[in-house]
Amino acid sequence: MLCACLILLSTHAFAQVSDPTPLNFRDAAEETRFNALTHELRCVMCQNQSLADSNAQIAHDLRREILQLMQSGKSDEQIKTYLVARYGEFVLYRPQVERSTWLLWFGPVLLLLGGALAVWRVVRRRSARAVSSVDDGQEW
Amino acid sequence: MSTTPERRGVSRTVLVVSTLCLLAVFALLLVAVKRSDRPDRQALPSALIGKPAPATVLPLLHTPDKTFDLATLRGKPYLLNVWGSWCPECRIEHPVVSAFAKTGKLRVIGYDLKDEPADALRWLGQFGDPYDTIVSDVEGKASLNWGIYGAPETFLVDAQGIVRWKHVGPLDNTIIEGELLPALADAERAQ
Repeated sequence: MLCACLILLSTHAFAQVSDPTPLNFRDAAEETRFNALTHELRCVMCQNQSLADSNAQIAHDLRREILQLMQSGKSDEQIKTYLVARYGEFVLYRPQVERSTWLLWFGPVLLLLGGALAVWRVVRRRSARAVSSVDDGQEW
Repeated sequence: MSTTPERRGVSRTVLVVSTLCLLAVFALLLVAVKRSDRPDRQALPSALIGKPAPATVLPLLHTPDKTFDLATLRGKPYLLNVWGSWCPECRIEHPVVSAFAKTGKLRVIGYDLKDEPADALRWLGQFGDPYDTIVSDVEGKASLNWGIYGAPETFLVDAQGIVRWKHVGPLDNTIIEGELLPALADAERAQ
């Protein structure tokens, strides 16, 4: 993860300064909601870190923006929509269900169904064979 | 005796199916390995491609008491080049942008990101100013609307104000010849 960030840093620079002013939460509930939300969003810079964990400048900026949106009364869904419109689906750790992500969402279920179907067919063929061999009265 | 050919048939099907599955997995792996070879594999595709450029009104770098509305650029395509004096890659990119601006193929608009205007002006004084116009986003607030996450980044916006192309990281001649100019040609053909 650190490695990925370092590689990224070398190819695409950004101001690496620590946050001068910490975020001000109005109450504990707001902080809890903020933490839950930022853990579900991916940092656009360090691609395998959540927005909550990343120390990239853009993550600081986006965290500040998200808190502002929260305090202006936006719902979690509205905030996610806001970010997706700007940075794409990539920011979501849990992608939305839509045509391009059907395979991602339903692929495992399809695989499971396919496997079950294959097993069922093999079992049925074997039992049919067992029945027919009984009919033939053949010895094994 | 009648069961033997059938049993052989089943095992052949199983063999073919499992071979196909294995091949599919190998193909996927191969594609993934190939893709991980691309130098821009970590660059995010812009969510803005094909969409109107976000409404942006920012102070001009040279005259901070005046603002500039990017919407007034409509009518002709332009290149929006995001840079900052703090960004080492922008220094590397700078001669490429300057040479491209000289060709006159596109207006090159500078977007000075999260920079002290004094530092930005000193930087331009030292290395030259290839830009048509430079807007200054000191807070970086407007850059969120563009989906910008660092510098350098470059956008191609067409005559209708639609974002056509984006590049993350320094521009070089290969990218200009291979991506930017074809995207510009497409945009002009579609007009």
